[in-house]
Amino acid sequence: MTVEKLAQTLNWKVVSLSEPDREITGGYCGDLLSWVMGRAESGDMWFTIMSNMNVVAVAHLTDVACVVFTEGVMPDAPVIEAAKRNGINLIACEEPTYTASVKASELLK
Amino acid sequence: MEEEALHFHFDVDGNNFASAGEASVQVKRLLRQMGFSPDTIRRISIAMYEGEINMVIHAHGGDADVYVYPDKIRVVLSDTGPGIKDVSLAMQEGYSTAPDNIRSLGFGAGMGLPNMKRYSDKLEVRSTVGVGTVIEMEFISA
Repeated sequence: MTVEKLAQTLNWKVVSLSEPDREITGGYCGDLLSWVMGRAESGDMWFTIMSNMNVVAVAHLTDVACVVFTEGVMPDAPVIEAAKRNGINLIACEEPTYTASVKASELLK
Repeated sequence: MEEEALHFHFDVDGNNFASAGEASVQVKRLLRQMGFSPDTIRRISIAMYEGEINMVIHAHGGDADVYVYPDKIRVVLSDTGPGIKDVSLAMQEGYSTAPDNIRSLGFGAGMGLPNMKRYSDKLEVRSTVGVGTVIEMEFISA
């Protein structure tokens, strides 16, 4: 499942899609950035309600396939710009993190 | 005498929390250009980012030095901050002295030093209260 296909299938909003064909291999949910850096794996979709600039750095360094902002969270323009500069995929949805991750994990089966 | 290393120096700006991570991202790019494995690069850049964040939170910034050898990478992070009172306590997952405003940004979970230990092959913390902290990490290239 690619990031673009995930967003299309679940009708989630594409915030920034530098690498639409990036393959999703798993997922991680978390808002504490060091937990994410300790636990998330390369290729994961990362579900979070955090939307500050550091999220871009964490996504970049952990090499996740995309960041999924849940609960209707939308990052500010400078964050989106930084994501574009660094080739980070950002998508957003209205669902709570649990519901969003359950829906997405169904698609990975 | 150790074999010759490529040396990169970065100033970590202590006043700009949003820009923390610039050195780590640059190091990630440099190591990728040099052909190190994705796993090695990931371990180094995450550990270094944790160090950068710590220097910004606790020490008003500092210096990051990266030494690249053919088979290993050494990262030295030094600051002139308040120092760590009890290093073994700071190494425990969940122990943190970060202020609330840092926690609201998603940091300060007490996972910084534990993550540095998790991802490095060797970690040395030298700290003197009132003088500063030097963290030395070594990564064996896979």
